[in-house]
Amino acid sequence: MFNLFFTFFKIGLFTFGGGYSMIPLIHFYAVDKFHWIDEKEFIDIIAIAESTPGPIAINSATYLGYKTKGVLGSVMATLGVVLPSMIIITIISAFLMQYKENVYVEYAFQGIRIGVSVLILNAAIRIYKKIDKNVMAYILLIFGLITVYFDLIPIVFVILIGGVVGIIYYAVIKGKEVKGDA
Amino acid sequence: MPELLRLIFQLFLSFFKIGLFTFGGGYAMIPLITDEVLTHGWLDSTDVLIDFIAISESTPGPFAINMATFIGFEQAGVLGAVLTTFGVVLPSFIIILIIAIAFKKFSANKYVRGFLDGVRPVVPGIIMSVAIVFILKGVFGISDYEYGDFTFEWSALLIFAISFVISKVKKRVHPVIIVLISGIMGLLIYGFLL
Repeated sequence: MFNLFFTFFKIGLFTFGGGYSMIPLIHFYAVDKFHWIDEKEFIDIIAIAESTPGPIAINSATYLGYKTKGVLGSVMATLGVVLPSMIIITIISAFLMQYKENVYVEYAFQGIRIGVSVLILNAAIRIYKKIDKNVMAYILLIFGLITVYFDLIPIVFVILIGGVVGIIYYAVIKGKEVKGDA
Repeated sequence: MPELLRLIFQLFLSFFKIGLFTFGGGYAMIPLITDEVLTHGWLDSTDVLIDFIAISESTPGPFAINMATFIGFEQAGVLGAVLTTFGVVLPSFIIILIIAIAFKKFSANKYVRGFLDGVRPVVPGIIMSVAIVFILKGVFGISDYEYGDFTFEWSALLIFAISFVISKVKKRVHPVIIVLISGIMGLLIYGFLL
């Protein structure tokens, strides 16, 4: 149990820049080192983590924790992966506002705000490349883009409408075959 | 109910909602986070939010967790940080636990698959709209659809262009590199050249 907590603490500590960078690390511990799961199950977990709400880090910790030690294990693993960022961010938050008064820090942040827009543009491109390209997907993409940009509908409904259209179109109309790991 | 408890409860609820609707990584949640923190007055401008995205990208941990800890701590101290983070984690925790217990049935269900197939393409659309808002604001000074406020600043455009080119040098350039480089450029250009 302690091992589970400590392993995910390490994974949380060394995951910079989003959940995707932690996938190799999880693979190393869960498959190669501790044999909690095999290769196929690992791929399943990543697929589940990507298609359910919430950060990949949390999702995979919860799933792996449950697989190895039940509900308590999932609590320990999730706690482990969350704790490093909580500690670090609390420390940074405590100091951030003081440094914000510094004029040179403000100059740096003027540049960083532009850098952040590049990061987000790249994230949009990266995720766009991963979706299946078909007419319905483009309609939904443009729907998301326009409704959120012009703030037409609350974003929660934008996502729910996407899901409902998906159920109607893919499950009911096309009666899409179940593929993959089922 | 004492003021602090009510505030913490509200933080918990807001971030529970954010956690529940976070599909495809934290960036898609920027509009929802913006909405929640501005409506409740937890931040007074999106600038702090953008700065925090940079900090979040330069420190370990998922964006959603970092954001929850930051807002929770700023508003209600350590206890606020703990409970706000708890709120953002809880939805995924519950959902994954249910899937782990009944995995095959869940992911084989064609309605569940249809729902996810429908949500998946919406996500890059949302993130693209965030990117457009940030670029218009950061590079051209346009915010709140006030296109008349268009300003052309060679310095901002230069920082954007250099950051973008560097981010494309390798297949996956680490975000912290972009944060560092754009920060140094900001310091040099705004601090010493202008």
